Amino acid sequence: MLEVAALRAGYGPIEVLRGVDLAVGPGEIVALLGSNGAGKSTLNNNVSGLYRPFGGSIRFEGEEITGASSMHIVKAGLVQVPEGRRVFPNLSVRDNLELGSYRRGKPHRAANLERVLEIFPRLRERLTQSAGTLSGGEQQMLAIGRGLMGEPRLLILDEPSLGLSPLLVEEMFGLIGRLNRQGLAILLVEQNVVQSLALAHRAYVLENGRIALSGSAADLARDPDLRRSYLGH
Amino acid sequence: MFDPAFLFAGILNGLLAGGIYVLVAVGLTLIYGVLHIINFAHGSLLMLAMYAVFYLWRLIGIDPYAALPVVTAGAFGLGFVLYRLLIGRYSHGRDENILLITLGLSIVIDNVALLFFGGDTQTIDVPYAGTFVEIGAAFLPLPKIISFGASLVICAALGVYMARSDMGKAIRAVAKERQGARLVGIDVENVFAVSYGIGIACLGAAACLLMPTYYVTPSSGHAFVLVAFTIVVLGGMGSFAGAAVGGFLIGITESLGGLFLGEQLGQIGISLIFILILLLKPTGLFGSKA
Repeated sequence: MLEVAALRAGYGPIEVLRGVDLAVGPGEIVALLGSNGAGKSTLNNNVSGLYRPFGGSIRFEGEEITGASSMHIVKAGLVQVPEGRRVFPNLSVRDNLELGSYRRGKPHRAANLERVLEIFPRLRERLTQSAGTLSGGEQQMLAIGRGLMGEPRLLILDEPSLGLSPLLVEEMFGLIGRLNRQGLAILLVEQNVVQSLALAHRAYVLENGRIALSGSAADLARDPDLRRSYLGH
Repeated sequence: MFDPAFLFAGILNGLLAGGIYVLVAVGLTLIYGVLHIINFAHGSLLMLAMYAVFYLWRLIGIDPYAALPVVTAGAFGLGFVLYRLLIGRYSHGRDENILLITLGLSIVIDNVALLFFGGDTQTIDVPYAGTFVEIGAAFLPLPKIISFGASLVICAALGVYMARSDMGKAIRAVAKERQGARLVGIDVENVFAVSYGIGIACLGAAACLLMPTYYVTPSSGHAFVLVAFTIVVLGGMGSFAGAAVGGFLIGITESLGGLFLGEQLGQIGISLIFILILLLKPTGLFGSKA
């Protein structure tokens, strides 16, 4: 579905990603793990078309999307729920969700809105409230809901558990599993190694702009190097 | 010492003048809110639109009010194209550059206007210019009443468009969260161009509403924009409600100032209110923190 090959990317003269290969297949949850500064968000933002890569290739469903605009990539069905939510604070919850189908999924806007509100009943209660007044957890729900409004074929979730209480983190991972069981492919970008590996089918570990480890999530969970670096034992 | 009826007339006159100010200020505040720049070309573009209205009347005999749809649409087109071909392209994504480009644009337009139109004051003679409407003790010129009503309708229509349409929502989304907007597939550059276009379209409409009672010279746009700028800061940068309330407030202040202090000194009232608001509420009446 998504194939990233030898991707090099960064900002100005600084190269952050130095040849990354990564793939997500249909129906998979793939976890992308790594500490702060490893290049996870750089990877996302290049895949989503916010930045133009230095080199390498990104293909989505067989189509070359390297350097394509974010409009084109959303239109193709690759939707990112960004780190820090990036909801529209001055717009109501409803308007935020409706804008999720600005480029894609507009014909089914009403039905999708109903579906998102069933997944997140909290958002239904807050429908007319402006998004800036929501709590962090609610904003995260809104960001995911807005992403779902675009009828994604592949959803990139960048640190969905960041800043949430442990209980909400549980809920969030439960939700990601449910969305996936409905057939949605997910690239889960996380620092939360244990829970991500428990949920994902496969995983990649990004270190200093390169893939340091990759394999099935079960194998990686037993990997002694990974355990030492991220779990401390 | 003054008759209350006199005061009433002054307030009504101020309200009527405020209508046009609101229109000019709404355009300015929209451009500021979305592009985060002060559009220094605002006054020059208003002047261009006023000349367009003048020449449509002079050469083809089109009434300024009848010219409104054409001039407004033309102004939108001009704004859109200016953004696409000049402002967006040469700003390289930096707000400071947009600012410099609009300033440069203003200087060029002013001087080209001086070259082609000359420095003479031009006015339009409409048959209804001398018609007055009596409201209480106040005699109000009919064109001013029409202009006032039309600017209210235009502002309300714009408000509905911004609140209901997908493009309106996208414009508001881009104003506060550009990255999030890109991630839902909004064409941010296009939204910038449309916003700039709408801002200039407001000037086109304002020009049609002004010309039956006002005159045009190559520098007459700036007087309005200076006032509009005051209104935008007063109401809160980027706030629609602020531009509306600020516009009427300034209109009334100017009118009453003129009444009590005379035409020249009356402008002091505007500066006074401006300074007071900035002292008491630096973000403006409806402004939020950046």
